[in-house]
Parts: sequence; structure tokens; C-alpha cells
Amino acid sequence: MTEPLVRIRGLGKSFGPTRVLEGVDLDVGRGEAVVVIGPSGSGKTTLLRCINVLETYDEGSIQVDGVEVGYDGPPGPGRRPRRDGELARIRADIGMVFQLFNLFPHLTALENVMLGLTRVRGMPKAEARARAEHWLARVGLSDRMSNLPGQLSGGQQQRVGIARAVAMEPKVLLLDEITSALDPELVGEVLSAVQQLARDGMTMVVVTHEMTFARDVGTRIVFMDAARVVAEGTPREILVEPRHERLRSFLARIEMKGH
Amino acid sequence: MIDFALRTLPFLWDGLLVTLHVSAVVLVVSLVLGVAAGVGFAYGPLWVRAPLRLCSDVLRGTPLLVLIFCVYYLLPFAGLNLQPFPAAVIALSAFKAAHVAEIARGAISSIAPGQSDAGKAIGLTFAQRLAWVVFPQALRRFLPPWVNSVTDTVKGSSLVSLVGIVDLMLAAQQVIGRTYEPLPVYVLAALMYFAINYALSVASRRLEARFAYIRE
Repeated sequence: MTEPLVRIRGLGKSFGPTRVLEGVDLDVGRGEAVVVIGPSGSGKTTLLRCINVLETYDEGSIQVDGVEVGYDGPPGPGRRPRRDGELARIRADIGMVFQLFNLFPHLTALENVMLGLTRVRGMPKAEARARAEHWLARVGLSDRMSNLPGQLSGGQQQRVGIARAVAMEPKVLLLDEITSALDPELVGEVLSAVQQLARDGMTMVVVTHEMTFARDVGTRIVFMDAARVVAEGTPREILVEPRHERLRSFLARIEMKGH
Repeated sequence: MIDFALRTLPFLWDGLLVTLHVSAVVLVVSLVLGVAAGVGFAYGPLWVRAPLRLCSDVLRGTPLLVLIFCVYYLLPFAGLNLQPFPAAVIALSAFKAAHVAEIARGAISSIAPGQSDAGKAIGLTFAQRLAWVVFPQALRRFLPPWVNSVTDTVKGSSLVSLVGIVDLMLAAQQVIGRTYEPLPVYVLAALMYFAINYALSVASRRLEARFAYIRE
């Protein structure tokens, strides 16, 4: 088996006295779409945010393409948290799409996508513009490029968010409950954009409450509860034939909400 | 009356230039120091924030005149003899910088944390996030209170006359001392202060309109 693109071992983190991550192990291979599900407060969003070090982690290791992301070396005494400049270089290769979009409200859709290309990748303006236009077209926003985020619907904003992340051509894409803040009728357009990316072989780690999305996009599903990974398997193993007790009751609660 | 005003004008004019000079230097110095301190307030660790908090509270809690006198009359005891002009400019700048720091802190803190997250996620460094993500958005909230504080600076600069700098205020008093005609001279000086501050207000409204592009 080839080396996994994302390799997480013994990950632990506390917020004060609360353990939010406890001994988490996870491998994400190239081209895989790993979907993390679980009740709120189970640590799944924190896990995702640790991968690009929006949250620091206290114990264990996260490697992306062989590089420890949060520290200058493997677990052990004396390892040093990475500095801002090192983190910036690492994060440039890890894309992220946010629940609340987090578009830059003072920039147009096109400028939102171009910012990282010009300032981080050092691309000439014309080249960055061409690449941004390409990705905005891919998510169906050719006619909205010069709009400010405030002039776009939630679904359109989130598709700009996706274009902004993938235009950087990241090694892995992190999706943090990207449809939770959307009106139900706008969820479809965002999910189909992501499905397209998955088909094209983008490596993804997805946190979601959309079980249909988990089933359709996920090559593997991870169930987290109370800071730990409780169950892991194919969509079929996890969603159709759940064996673990807590997983079954979680799925039952989700079903009752009328999925 | 008009004739009298015309004859006093050259004296007041020199004072006006000094007032503008003091105000301009204080404005630039306090802007640079204040924004840097505001960034420290918003993002710094405790060992940065705590001393900043102390400095800011002391400076803002002390009357400006007392600050000017402290720098001019007390620093010599510490072996630092300053001329009136630098002494007054240092006192005014420190006072203003504390105010600018609070304004900058408020403006920066009003930007949602998700904006910094998004900047980090595309690989921007801290300085780049400030330059391209945070400052452009914070500017709109920074400008109105900052222009207020600039007009305060121009008015507050009249206190430098008390350490013997011949600014607009002291120039007016000198003219009065020779002519014994306080009313027209004070009115003329007041009009000059008003003209400066009114121009600043107009400029700020234009700026605010220009930067009001963000729809919430």
C-alpha cells in the first residue's frame, strides 16, 4: 500500500479540562473522500481544523504528504510549534471550505479566488485571473464573477468558497459542514459541485450531517463520538449495516429528524 | 474691523502654520504607533497586551496638559532635557496613540474570526492577512472615530502654547497683548480652528462614503 496522504496518529487535544480529541488515528489515501460523522461536540470539526492547524494539537501526529503540520518534528519532548511563515506554506497546500463560507466581503467573487493565487502562489495577475475564471466556471458561476459576496445567495457564496479552495490546487481539501448554513433548496447545487471534485480524484476530508452526501461521496466513513473514533468503514458498513451500538442510536436520531 | 483683521492675519498665520505642523506630526506618529498597538491588543499574547493596557489606561486617564508638563518639566530630572517643541509633540503623540490604539483594537476585533481562518486556509501569512483581509475591512469602522480623534488633536494642540510654543493660540494671545482687542482676534483664531476641522470632517465623510462598500 502506498503512503497515505494524510496520516493521523494518537491525536489528542484538550480545551481546558475537556478532552476534545483522544487517541485519534486516521489515514486518508490519495483520491479518497473520507467522511467524518458524529453528534455535535464529538470532536469532528476540531479534528478537521487540526489538519490545517487552525487549531493546535497537544499530543500525537498529523502528517500531510509526509510533513508534520503543527510541529517541527514527530511527537516527543522539545518539538516546537511551527511558526506563522511555516504554517502559511503548509496551509497553502491544504484547502478548506467553511460552514459560514467566510468569503472576503470586500472582494468580488473573482478577487476572492485570485487572492491566494497572486499573494501566496506569486502568480502574475493575468494567469491568476484565468485560473480563477476557470474554477468559477467549473462551479457554475461564470456570470457572477464580479459580484461581491453580499450580492450572492448562500449557495453561490459557498460555491465561490469551493472555487477559492480548489484554485490553489491543494493536495487535500477539508470541508467543514459546508451545507449546514444553507437553505434546503440550495444544498443540492453545492453538493453536486463537491461530487464533481470527488469524481475528479480530489482527496477530501468531509465533516457533514448530510447522510445522503456521506453515502454518495464518501469512499470511507468515520464515526466519532465523545472525542474518539468509534467506528470506521465503507458507507455500506457504517450507514446500512451499523454494528456499533452508539453508531446505531446516532443514525436512528438522524433518521427521526426526517432524512 | 476688516482692516484690523487683515493687519493681525500675518501674525496669526505663522501661529496657524505651527498648529498645523504640530498636528501633522502628532497625527502621523500616533497613527503608526496606535495601529501597531491596536494590532498588539487584538492578536498579541498576554505579555504584550498587559503592558499595552497599562500604558493606554495611564495615558488616556491623564489630562493632556498634565502629560505635556510631565514631559517638559519632569523628564529633565531623569536627565532628559527636551526643547518645548519635541516635548509637546511627544506628549501629544503618546496621548493620541493610546486613543488610536483603542480605536484600532475595536475596529480589528469587529472583524469575524472566520475571516482570519479563511486567510490562513489559503496560506496567507499574518502580515498578509492584516494587509489584504483584516485592514481593508476594519478601515470602515476605524475611520469615523479616528477622524473625530484627529479633530481633537488639532484642538488639543492649542495646549502646546503653555510650554511657550507660538502656535495659533499663543499667537492670538500675543496679538491681543499688543492691541487690547481680544474679541476679534479670538473670533479670527476660532474661525481658523473651525476651518481646519470642518475640512477634516468633509474629507472624512467623503472617505467613509468611499469605503462603505461592504454589505453586511
